[in-house]
Amino acid sequence: MSDPASVPVAVAPDVRSAREALEAVATEPGVAKPDPILVVDGVRRSFGGLLAVDVSHLEIQRHVITALIGPNGAGKTTLFNLLTGFDRPDAGAWMFDGRRLAGVPAHRVARLGMVRTFQLTKALARLTVLDNMLLAAAGQRGEHLLGAFVRRRWQEQERDNKRRALELLVDFGLDAKRDDPAGTLSGGQRKLLEMARALMVEPQLVMLDEPMAGVNPALVEALLDHVRRVRDSGRSVVFVEHDMDVVMSISDWIICMAEGRLIAEGPPEAVAADPAVIDAYLGSRHGERGG
Amino acid sequence: MPENGSGRHVDWGRIFSDALLVGLGSTAAVYALTAVGLNLQFGYAGLMNYGQAGFLLVSAYGTAIAVDSWNAPLPVAFLVGLAAAVGLGLLLGIPTLRLRADYLAIVTISAAEILRIVANSRAAQGVTGGPQGIKQFAGAFFDWNPIPSGRYGVGTVAFSHRDLWVMSVGWGLVAIFSLVVRILMRSPWGRVVRAVREDEDAARSLGKNTFVYKLQALTFGGVIGGLAGILLVLDNQFVEPKNFESALTFFAYTALIMGGSGRILGPALGSVMFWCAVAGFQSFLREAIAHNLLGIGSVLDPADVGPTRFALVGLAIMVLMVSRPQGVLGSRTEVMLDE
Repeated sequence: MSDPASVPVAVAPDVRSAREALEAVATEPGVAKPDPILVVDGVRRSFGGLLAVDVSHLEIQRHVITALIGPNGAGKTTLFNLLTGFDRPDAGAWMFDGRRLAGVPAHRVARLGMVRTFQLTKALARLTVLDNMLLAAAGQRGEHLLGAFVRRRWQEQERDNKRRALELLVDFGLDAKRDDPAGTLSGGQRKLLEMARALMVEPQLVMLDEPMAGVNPALVEALLDHVRRVRDSGRSVVFVEHDMDVVMSISDWIICMAEGRLIAEGPPEAVAADPAVIDAYLGSRHGERGG
Repeated sequence: MPENGSGRHVDWGRIFSDALLVGLGSTAAVYALTAVGLNLQFGYAGLMNYGQAGFLLVSAYGTAIAVDSWNAPLPVAFLVGLAAAVGLGLLLGIPTLRLRADYLAIVTISAAEILRIVANSRAAQGVTGGPQGIKQFAGAFFDWNPIPSGRYGVGTVAFSHRDLWVMSVGWGLVAIFSLVVRILMRSPWGRVVRAVREDEDAARSLGKNTFVYKLQALTFGGVIGGLAGILLVLDNQFVEPKNFESALTFFAYTALIMGGSGRILGPALGSVMFWCAVAGFQSFLREAIAHNLLGIGSVLDPADVGPTRFALVGLAIMVLMVSRPQGVLGSRTEVMLDE
């Protein structure tokens, strides 16, 4: 039996053209993209006297994998929280797929098609793996207090959702765990579940906050493959990551932040060679990398 | 047959029947129903409502005042009482459920105490009767009793037709609402509610408006508590502020946790166990003092029975919690997964 994760997904033509279009884009912070799914303008957030995020302009290309890198405290997770409605900025606006998102609460952001995961995985420990997946399905008729009593109104939808959830679980190699409480999964399996669960929402843009953090190195390659497959199936991906090898191997585009600001962006080779990035990020970690 | 502890030996049969009389009685049904509401709020949705007594209070007073002041028929008065519980749920939930969990705990316990003190106050005396309460508003409820007069039961465990009527309605409501909670928890609605208990941010990140689910769980659990409050004062034919001290909430929590929080039958089983223990220890202490069992008679006076039985109940609960932290019906694995 072949490992389902290794079966390649046919790359949608617009995914390929979106990546090719990036080749013509200049490598300077805040540069405009040919087909942006997310456009951020003047977003600022300070905690006390500390300016955690100060992004004057940022565009995320549709259909590609964009990595968000930067040293600890660069404001990557804070930016994630702001864009997904988990925190409110002091100023600024951003458009997702042509829709203004400032002030939109987190659950509406998710329903509009921008779904995030968390740095510390949030598996719903006492729900089964399958229930974790089913929870994420959108527009469920049985989720209304009164609708819940009328089983025949929602059972067909529930069956369809279950079918889709099981397909995803097979894809992510978690189908054997479907009836186990999610709290019994290993760290890497929780990351896989969180990613599969995010896809259950059918998002256009997946925001992964350190998807490889705390994962057994043997699982990293499988996780990377899943991220690529998410892109190849036509979704856009933004992810925060510390491990430079990981970033270099799968990103189509890299954005580097330091002290809340964008300091560089471009394709992996260009960013890796950018003196500002080396100075702010790679330089300070050079001794630790050992590879 | 020895009576009133006058025999030569401790009468274990009597202790057993005393425990059962209370454990199956209307008080246990009231606490079971209170705990069914708490189970929805705390056991499934993870909401720390420490003011369940307030929900019982508003429904009980709502019913009594509707009859006493407005001469409403009893069924209408019940609706007034339940509407008051809905109002209280929304009033407490809307400002606090967007905040961190601890705020709900603080607000609910304070609100329940404020309501009790207001009901007791001179200013409210015209409506609530103040400390004298409201009497004899539930005659119609006993007129509906279809059970012929007499005593029913086995041996010393027997109930009057009046008690049996209240018990039947009470345990009937416990059964109905346990079933309702079971149906809800097996639905997608219940899945969102349990997800909110596990991790609210995860549920929000998946597109669930967690505030609405918390408000619904708080209010619906409060309405179930409101029914318990109505049942309590119907049984007494009397409502007074003392019925709704915060001990009521904490006894109901105790019953819920003993039986198994987040289990459908946890509240009912826990309440029977709790009241069997309270009455059983009381009867045991009386017998033990009368017969000077293990020298207890020389240490304790009959007047000490009331407080001492609760000390023994507390001890029994500690033993239970050490050996089964998940309660009788709970799952140990789940408790261990709870971070």
